[in-house]
Amino acid sequence: MAFEGLTERLQNAMTKLRRKGKVSEADVKEMMREVRLALLEADVNFKVVKDFVKKVSERAVGSEVLENLNPGQQIIKIVNDELTDLMGGGKEGIEFSPKPPTVIMMVGLQGAGKTTTAGKLANYLREKDHKRPMMVAADIYRPAAIEQLQTLGEQLNIPVFSMGDQVSPIEIAEKGIEQAKNEGRDVVFIDTAGRLQIDETLMAELSEIKAATQPNEIFLVVDAMTGQEAANVAKSFNEQLDITGVVLTKLDGDTRGGAALSIRAVTGKPIKFVGQGEKLDAIDAFYPDRMASRILGMGDMLTLIEKAQQDVDEKKAEEMAEKIRENTFDLNDFIDQMDQVNKMGPLEDIIKMIPGMNNIPGLDQIQVDPKDTARMKAIVLSMTGAERENPDILSQSRRKRIAKGSGRPLVEVNRLIKQFNESKKMMNQMSKGNLSGMDNLFGKGAKGKLGKMAFNQMNKKAGINKKKKKKKMVRKKKK
Amino acid sequence: MGLFDKIKQAFTGEKKEEPIQQDEVAEKYEKGLEKTRSSFSEKMNALFANFRKVDEDFFEELEEILIGADVGFDVTMEITDALRQEVKLKNAKSQNEVQQVIIEKMVEIYEENEIDEQPVQLKKNELTVILFVGVNGVGKTTSIAKLAHQYKSDGKKVLLAAGDTFRAGAIEQLKIWGERVHAEVITGKEGGDPASVAFDAVKKAKEEQADVLLIDTAGRLQNKINLMKELEKIKRVIQKEVPDAPHEVLLVLDATTGQNALIQARQFKETTDVTGIVLTKLDGTAKGGIVLAIRNELGIPVKFVGLGESMDDLKAFDSTDYIYGLFSELIKETI
Repeated sequence: MAFEGLTERLQNAMTKLRRKGKVSEADVKEMMREVRLALLEADVNFKVVKDFVKKVSERAVGSEVLENLNPGQQIIKIVNDELTDLMGGGKEGIEFSPKPPTVIMMVGLQGAGKTTTAGKLANYLREKDHKRPMMVAADIYRPAAIEQLQTLGEQLNIPVFSMGDQVSPIEIAEKGIEQAKNEGRDVVFIDTAGRLQIDETLMAELSEIKAATQPNEIFLVVDAMTGQEAANVAKSFNEQLDITGVVLTKLDGDTRGGAALSIRAVTGKPIKFVGQGEKLDAIDAFYPDRMASRILGMGDMLTLIEKAQQDVDEKKAEEMAEKIRENTFDLNDFIDQMDQVNKMGPLEDIIKMIPGMNNIPGLDQIQVDPKDTARMKAIVLSMTGAERENPDILSQSRRKRIAKGSGRPLVEVNRLIKQFNESKKMMNQMSKGNLSGMDNLFGKGAKGKLGKMAFNQMNKKAGINKKKKKKKMVRKKKK
Repeated sequence: MGLFDKIKQAFTGEKKEEPIQQDEVAEKYEKGLEKTRSSFSEKMNALFANFRKVDEDFFEELEEILIGADVGFDVTMEITDALRQEVKLKNAKSQNEVQQVIIEKMVEIYEENEIDEQPVQLKKNELTVILFVGVNGVGKTTSIAKLAHQYKSDGKKVLLAAGDTFRAGAIEQLKIWGERVHAEVITGKEGGDPASVAFDAVKKAKEEQADVLLIDTAGRLQNKINLMKELEKIKRVIQKEVPDAPHEVLLVLDATTGQNALIQARQFKETTDVTGIVLTKLDGTAKGGIVLAIRNELGIPVKFVGLGESMDDLKAFDSTDYIYGLFSELIKETI
């Protein structure tokens, strides 16, 4: 398979070691080779990989790994720590100017997603920071680039400043900021044309825009799928413009995103946001720890937990739990639950976030058609109330009627009922404290244990978050 | 005799004809392509120049050069693993021996996949439908414009279909290009069904007896299954009007993309039966290896390369010529 994660690579290296009983320095070297390959496979620039591996092996050769009973896990931990560290401890936001408007310049190669990102970020700042953003269309080169920004502005209801494509981008940017001041807009995005870092004329133009507008932030927008070239791109843009941050786009694809590491290592500038979807609210702050796990192919439990907390209706979840306990879970709840899961985003994305899941062969290849759940819903909605509450009465003739009513083949109706019965059975077992079903979820043997370990670790982290939340709530009450 | 037999001969002593060949070949290439190629051979030659002995460090450096040139992870591993074996078997120690093994292996990998390298050819007196697919921001619309320009200059009647109904401003973008190259653009509503735009366009192209119809589609990440299904639908709908269409499905790939390019090619090939690749933005990069990787791992030929911003910068591409040039430059140094 093309993409095995670091976890898997190290597991394989460890199987070789296990027969030996004792781990030597040469063995650590062997493992470092796996680390190196995993990073190269994830598109991290080879020079960056070299430095990184050197750093990690220095730490790994230290006694802590050799004496540890489980060197593989220890190395994963070191690698993960170092990666997170390298990508900059925590998340970073936007530096707002004390004297509005805050000017943010968007730069990057063609097709990186500057215009879309400008729209998403403007929307983000309006929602999260209650800002009044404006966007300036300074891409006069690409046909219809201005129209694109204007359409985005209409969709988001955010004003767009434009002077057509016959005026120099520098003038457009200056006038745009003036206009923003007059209209009391406190954030201005300047959308510039995409350009290659080796195009001297166009790069000089960016420097001029910078000099004329004195932006508070210059964001380099980079496609997360970029390969070895990411390092060169980031280096040139940073040298010429002294960028202040990076936005990584198209992370909703299946790329590992090693470019993130290259950019950070080469420029030293923080990655501030990530774009992960076609919709205009699909932008998020950048979390180094999550990115580290992704590059290593270890799943992203934290994002999953956060998504769940954010999107799942807590009251509904409690009701559901109650029903499971009482074993009165019926088909109505079944579609309810499906809706809740759907709210969290495409299922294949959610699966990918679960650590250990990539150890199950083929599972990372899984693709779920969003229409499948819609079809299941159609089937359930074609049932009578009595049938939904008590699926046991679903006789063959009733099933035929439902198939006709929902426009789905009979096999699909049968499959759904079977699935429902099975999940009900599993829930029943789980509520009685029998978790054996869950154990197998992570696969058997060492790999399974590793997945479980990651899962528990993440649970712990999530637990800390919860505690923090509670504290905050208590404080609020005191006030 | 194939080109690679000639290269192999270069190793076995019959290298007399080599210099003449090289001049001819070298002249054929654009400046842009030459840069990607020479930077690769420069690095390789630097590696050989600093060569002392075959050890793990040497292999690591070789891996880095290959990956740095985006030869692709798997191909790189194949080459270095084979080299490790060969070095053991043949006891190759000298610089020349090792270099020979490397080039032999690369040629071997290249020849492994016999693929149909036919350039894009228009049908005579009949409509040729070309569908453009790819992820977001790779340059589908721009490539269509450049290709339309080429066909127009050849005196063909060209129609364009604005099948990207999703991205803001995409229809407008193709319309502007249409005006510039004087080609009619068939459009639908923004947010409308792209398949219906494709259908209207094919119908119209038939009625107007156009020579070429170029269909644009919205960028989509290959892991979005519903969007990939939409492509299947577009294809089906086109076939209602012209059963053997689309005659070409061109996957547009950004040359700066890393390992994901291969996944993209694989997924798009599965759903739309990609017949060729348009490699864009090659002018900004110093890589030639990706051509080898795509060919080796997927058996899809690169049919066009984008080498710049101007209208004439989309060039037909012959990978055999290109790779021959790549290798012969390496051989030149050895001999």
